[in-house]
Amino acid sequence: MREFLEMGGYATYVWTSYGLTFAVLAANLIAARNKRRLVHQQLLRRLQSEEQ
Amino acid sequence: MFVWFHKLGSPPHFYQLAGRLLPWVGAACAICLVAGLYLGLFVAPPDYQQGESYRIIYVHVPAAWMSMFIYMVMATAGGIALVWRIKLADLAAEMAAPIGASFTFLALATGSLWGKPMWGTWWVWDARLTSELILLFLYLGYMALRSAIENPQTAARAAAILALVGVVNIPIIHYSVEWWYTLHQPATVTKFDKPSIVWEMLLPLLLMALAFKLLFAYLLMYKMRTEVLVREQKSGWVKQRLEANN
Repeated sequence: MREFLEMGGYATYVWTSYGLTFAVLAANLIAARNKRRLVHQQLLRRLQSEEQ
Repeated sequence: MFVWFHKLGSPPHFYQLAGRLLPWVGAACAICLVAGLYLGLFVAPPDYQQGESYRIIYVHVPAAWMSMFIYMVMATAGGIALVWRIKLADLAAEMAAPIGASFTFLALATGSLWGKPMWGTWWVWDARLTSELILLFLYLGYMALRSAIENPQTAARAAAILALVGVVNIPIIHYSVEWWYTLHQPATVTKFDKPSIVWEMLLPLLLMALAFKLLFAYLLMYKMRTEVLVREQKSGWVKQRLEANN
């Protein structure tokens, strides 16, 4: 396990690459989900105020 | 066929179809990602020249492929929107741009992290690296141009033209390693004769590429579904959807 994590001495480069990749891709997914929630809330509120 | 196209171009139909496809695309993406990571990090043997550091290839190369693929999707969608005025095509182009910029940034950053131990430098003004950096600026320029023009129709047309002009950069990126033979190594997989990579190393690369493609499809459909609600908020189907809460 330790040997695996050390990546033959290249641990910093390899794990930073993987970490950065998953951070950026996860950020894309989270931003998309937050935007969807926000849009739903706003449109629902507008819909309700129109009905009143 | 034409009926099918017409239906796909209609926002409520797209909304429903994409909603049905999303869980399947997401599941397929997760499977490819787990399999690709497992095979790439645990099963594939170390490289005889680069040792373990070459494993960066499994995020670097798929990200670089995606950076060009998404650009072509964006420019094609922009072109379709320009010629046939299909609203969904313009929406696809707009939503694709930040995803493409993300993958381009990742290709550059992971390339830099691979370059440092292998070439001894984070960055060189090599043709491949420079043309990929220009790609990042094209994405950022596209997004900036869209947000700078207030009229949405003018913004869409101007951005589509910018994207189409920028297509010239894509073959430059692809052939840069052959035209200017400098530091970046030439293609390993995307050439016409047999790929110069062993099967155990190639399979995880293809799985990761597929996972990234599926993630792009997922993100694009997800974001388009959100944005189509905003753009079509005055129409009846959006109200029905919102009341049904899905």
